[in-house]
Amino acid sequence: MANTQSMCTSFLGELLSATHNFSSANPAHTANTADTFKAALYFTTATINAATTAYTATGEVTGTNYTAGGVTVTNATNPTSTNSSATAGVGYWTPSASIVYSTVTISTAFDTVLLYNSTQSNKAVSVHTFGAQTITAGTFTLTMPSNTTSTALLRLSTT
Amino acid sequence: MALITTTKGDMDESLLVKKEGTVDNDIELTTWVEYWLDDELVHRSAHVTLKTSPFMDLIAASLA
Repeated sequence: MANTQSMCTSFLGELLSATHNFSSANPAHTANTADTFKAALYFTTATINAATTAYTATGEVTGTNYTAGGVTVTNATNPTSTNSSATAGVGYWTPSASIVYSTVTISTAFDTVLLYNSTQSNKAVSVHTFGAQTITAGTFTLTMPSNTTSTALLRLSTT
Repeated sequence: MALITTTKGDMDESLLVKKEGTVDNDIELTTWVEYWLDDELVHRSAHVTLKTSPFMDLIAASLA
Protein backbone atom coordinates (compact mmCIF):
# COMPACT_ATOMS: atom_id res chain seq x y z
CA MET A 1 0.00 0.00 0.00
CA ALA A 2 1.00 3.62 0.04
CA ASN A 3 0.46 6.79 1.95
CA THR A 4 -1.55 9.62 0.43
CA GLN A 5 -1.39 13.28 1.32
CA SER A 6 -4.73 14.59 2.46
CA MET A 7 -6.70 16.34 5.10
CA CYS A 8 -8.34 13.53 7.07
CA THR A 9 -12.02 13.17 6.29
CA SER A 10 -12.97 12.66 9.92
CA PHE A 11 -11.19 15.91 10.78
CA LEU A 12 -13.51 17.85 8.50
CA GLY A 13 -16.57 16.74 10.41
CA GLU A 14 -14.87 17.18 13.75
CA LEU A 15 -14.20 20.82 12.94
CA LEU A 16 -17.93 21.43 12.98
CA SER A 17 -18.28 19.85 16.40
CA ALA A 18 -15.39 21.90 17.83
CA THR A 19 -13.40 18.76 18.54
CA HIS A 20 -10.10 20.40 17.66
CA ASN A 21 -8.78 23.58 19.16
CA PHE A 22 -5.70 25.03 17.48
CA SER A 23 -6.04 28.39 19.20
CA SER A 24 -5.01 29.60 22.64
CA ALA A 25 -7.57 32.38 22.22
CA ASN A 26 -10.47 30.06 21.50
CA PRO A 27 -12.56 28.99 24.49
CA ALA A 28 -13.91 25.83 22.81
CA HIS A 29 -12.23 23.67 25.42
CA THR A 30 -10.02 24.79 28.28
CA ALA A 31 -9.91 28.57 28.31
CA ASN A 32 -6.85 30.02 26.59
CA THR A 33 -5.28 26.62 26.02
CA ALA A 34 -4.85 25.06 22.61
CA ASP A 35 -4.94 21.31 22.21
CA THR A 36 -1.62 19.49 21.86
CA PHE A 37 -0.85 18.27 18.38
CA LYS A 38 1.78 15.67 17.57
CA ALA A 39 3.56 14.44 14.46
CA ALA A 40 4.25 10.77 13.81
CA LEU A 41 6.31 9.33 10.94
CA TYR A 42 5.27 6.36 8.78
CA PHE A 43 7.08 3.89 6.59
CA THR A 44 6.50 4.04 2.85
CA THR A 45 4.70 0.71 3.16
CA ALA A 46 2.04 2.08 5.53
CA THR A 47 -1.46 3.12 4.53
CA ILE A 48 -2.07 6.55 5.98
CA ASN A 49 -4.55 8.68 4.07
CA ALA A 50 -7.86 10.57 4.19
CA ALA A 51 -9.53 7.56 5.78
CA THR A 52 -7.20 7.66 8.79
CA THR A 53 -9.28 8.74 11.78
CA ALA A 54 -6.68 8.60 14.56
CA TYR A 55 -3.03 8.01 15.28
CA THR A 56 -2.05 4.41 14.80
CA ALA A 57 1.13 2.56 15.61
CA THR A 58 0.59 0.33 12.58
CA GLY A 59 3.12 1.30 9.97
CA GLU A 60 4.75 3.88 12.22
CA VAL A 61 8.51 4.06 11.98
CA THR A 62 10.68 2.43 14.59
CA GLY A 63 14.29 3.10 15.31
CA THR A 64 16.87 4.36 17.72
CA ASN A 65 15.69 7.42 19.67
CA TYR A 66 12.35 7.56 17.85
CA THR A 67 9.52 7.51 20.36
CA ALA A 68 6.23 5.92 19.30
CA GLY A 69 3.71 8.68 18.71
CA GLY A 70 6.32 11.07 17.40
CA VAL A 71 6.99 14.55 18.71
CA THR A 72 4.89 17.47 19.86
CA VAL A 73 4.20 20.16 17.30
CA THR A 74 5.05 23.71 18.31
CA ASN A 75 1.91 25.82 18.12
CA ALA A 76 2.58 29.42 19.05
CA THR A 77 0.55 31.02 16.27
CA ASN A 78 -3.21 30.91 16.39
CA PRO A 79 -5.22 30.18 13.23
CA THR A 80 -5.95 33.17 11.02
CA SER A 81 -8.73 33.95 8.59
CA THR A 82 -9.15 36.54 5.93
CA ASN A 83 -11.07 37.11 2.73
CA SER A 84 -10.40 38.72 -0.60
CA SER A 85 -14.10 39.19 -1.32
CA ALA A 86 -17.43 38.55 0.33
CA THR A 87 -17.45 35.00 -1.00
CA ALA A 88 -13.75 34.11 -1.07
CA GLY A 89 -12.36 33.52 2.38
CA VAL A 90 -9.67 31.33 3.84
CA GLY A 91 -8.77 30.15 7.30
CA TYR A 92 -5.28 28.79 7.79
CA TRP A 93 -2.80 27.49 10.32
CA THR A 94 0.78 26.28 10.29
CA PRO A 95 2.94 24.96 13.12
CA SER A 96 5.16 27.77 14.33
CA ALA A 97 8.41 25.81 14.27
CA SER A 98 10.04 22.99 12.38
CA ILE A 99 9.25 19.45 13.46
CA VAL A 100 12.53 17.85 14.49
CA TYR A 101 13.50 14.25 15.26
CA SER A 102 16.97 14.45 16.74
CA THR A 103 19.74 11.87 16.66
CA VAL A 104 17.58 9.08 15.34
CA THR A 105 18.28 6.04 13.25
CA ILE A 106 15.39 4.99 11.02
CA SER A 107 16.81 2.45 8.61
CA THR A 108 13.66 1.63 6.65
CA ALA A 109 12.35 4.24 4.22
CA PHE A 110 9.61 6.56 5.42
CA ASP A 111 7.71 9.24 3.53
CA THR A 112 4.83 10.48 5.65
CA VAL A 113 4.01 12.51 8.72
CA LEU A 114 0.60 12.30 10.38
CA LEU A 115 -0.54 15.30 12.39
CA TYR A 116 -2.95 14.36 15.14
CA ASN A 117 -4.55 15.80 18.23
CA SER A 118 -3.16 14.08 21.30
CA THR A 119 -5.49 16.05 23.58
CA GLN A 120 -8.57 14.69 21.81
CA SER A 121 -8.02 10.92 21.80
CA ASN A 122 -5.30 11.16 19.13
CA LYS A 123 -7.80 12.12 16.45
CA ALA A 124 -6.18 12.53 13.03
CA VAL A 125 -5.80 15.94 11.39
CA SER A 126 -3.83 15.62 8.16
CA VAL A 127 -1.38 13.51 6.23
CA HIS A 128 1.67 15.01 4.54
CA THR A 129 3.96 13.10 2.23
CA PHE A 130 7.47 13.77 0.95
CA GLY A 131 10.24 11.94 -0.83
CA ALA A 132 11.29 8.71 0.92
CA GLN A 133 14.03 9.12 3.51
CA THR A 134 16.17 7.12 5.87
CA ILE A 135 18.13 8.57 8.75
CA THR A 136 21.35 7.17 10.23
CA ALA A 137 22.53 8.62 13.56
CA GLY A 138 21.24 11.93 12.30
CA THR A 139 18.45 14.45 12.48
CA PHE A 140 15.28 14.59 10.42
CA THR A 141 13.85 18.07 10.15
CA LEU A 142 10.50 19.01 8.64
CA THR A 143 10.35 22.72 8.01
CA MET A 144 6.88 24.13 7.57
CA PRO A 145 5.67 26.14 4.60
CA SER A 146 5.05 29.85 5.03
CA ASN A 147 1.92 30.57 7.02
CA THR A 148 0.02 32.38 4.28
CA THR A 149 -3.37 32.05 2.64
CA SER A 150 -1.87 30.13 -0.26
CA THR A 151 0.82 28.02 1.38
CA ALA A 152 -0.15 27.33 5.01
CA LEU A 153 -0.10 23.70 6.10
CA LEU A 154 -3.83 23.62 6.79
CA ARG A 155 -6.17 25.77 4.74
CA LEU A 156 -9.95 25.90 4.65
CA SER A 157 -11.24 28.06 1.87
CA THR A 158 -14.35 29.15 0.06
CA THR A 159 -14.53 30.33 -3.50
CA MET B 1 37.66 20.40 13.07
CA ALA B 2 34.00 19.36 13.25
CA LEU B 3 32.70 16.34 15.07
CA ILE B 4 30.02 14.28 13.36
CA THR B 5 27.58 12.07 15.22
CA THR B 6 27.89 8.61 13.71
CA THR B 7 26.93 5.03 14.37
CA LYS B 8 30.40 4.64 15.81
CA GLY B 9 30.20 7.67 18.09
CA ASP B 10 31.41 11.17 17.39
CA MET B 11 34.03 11.24 14.65
CA ASP B 12 36.18 13.93 13.16
CA GLU B 13 34.70 15.04 9.84
CA SER B 14 38.11 14.83 8.19
CA LEU B 15 38.06 11.04 8.60
CA LEU B 16 34.82 10.68 6.65
CA VAL B 17 33.64 11.04 3.08
CA LYS B 18 30.80 13.54 2.78
CA LYS B 19 28.01 13.24 0.23
CA GLU B 20 25.19 15.75 -0.21
CA GLY B 21 22.06 15.97 -2.32
CA THR B 22 19.01 18.08 -3.00
CA VAL B 23 15.49 17.38 -4.21
CA ASP B 24 13.46 20.38 -5.33
CA ASN B 25 9.92 20.07 -6.64
CA ASP B 26 6.52 21.70 -6.20
CA ILE B 27 5.92 20.00 -2.88
CA GLU B 28 9.24 20.04 -1.07
CA LEU B 29 12.81 21.22 -0.95
CA THR B 30 14.87 18.48 0.58
CA THR B 31 18.56 18.46 1.37
CA TRP B 32 20.41 15.50 2.77
CA VAL B 33 23.92 14.83 3.94
CA GLU B 34 25.69 11.52 4.36
CA TYR B 35 29.03 10.63 5.91
CA TRP B 36 30.73 7.42 4.90
CA LEU B 37 33.57 5.56 6.58
CA ASP B 38 35.10 3.43 3.87
CA ASP B 39 32.04 1.68 2.42
CA GLU B 40 29.84 2.07 5.49
CA LEU B 41 27.18 4.75 5.93
CA VAL B 42 27.69 6.11 9.43
CA HIS B 43 25.56 9.24 9.35
CA ARG B 44 22.61 10.48 7.33
CA SER B 45 20.49 13.54 8.06
CA ALA B 46 17.72 15.05 5.98
CA HIS B 47 15.92 18.37 6.01
CA VAL B 48 12.56 18.52 4.24
CA THR B 49 10.99 21.93 3.72
CA LEU B 50 7.32 21.60 2.80
CA LYS B 51 6.51 24.32 0.29
CA THR B 52 2.77 23.94 0.42
CA SER B 53 0.05 21.36 0.78
CA PRO B 54 -1.79 21.51 -2.51
CA PHE B 55 -4.50 19.09 -1.50
CA MET B 56 -5.42 20.76 1.75
CA ASP B 57 -8.10 23.11 0.52
CA LEU B 58 -11.70 22.57 1.43
CA ILE B 59 -13.86 24.22 -1.17
CA ALA B 60 -17.20 25.01 0.37
CA ALA B 61 -20.34 24.57 -1.62
CA SER B 62 -22.55 27.59 -1.87
CA LEU B 63 -25.49 27.69 0.45
CA ALA B 64 -28.82 27.71 -1.34
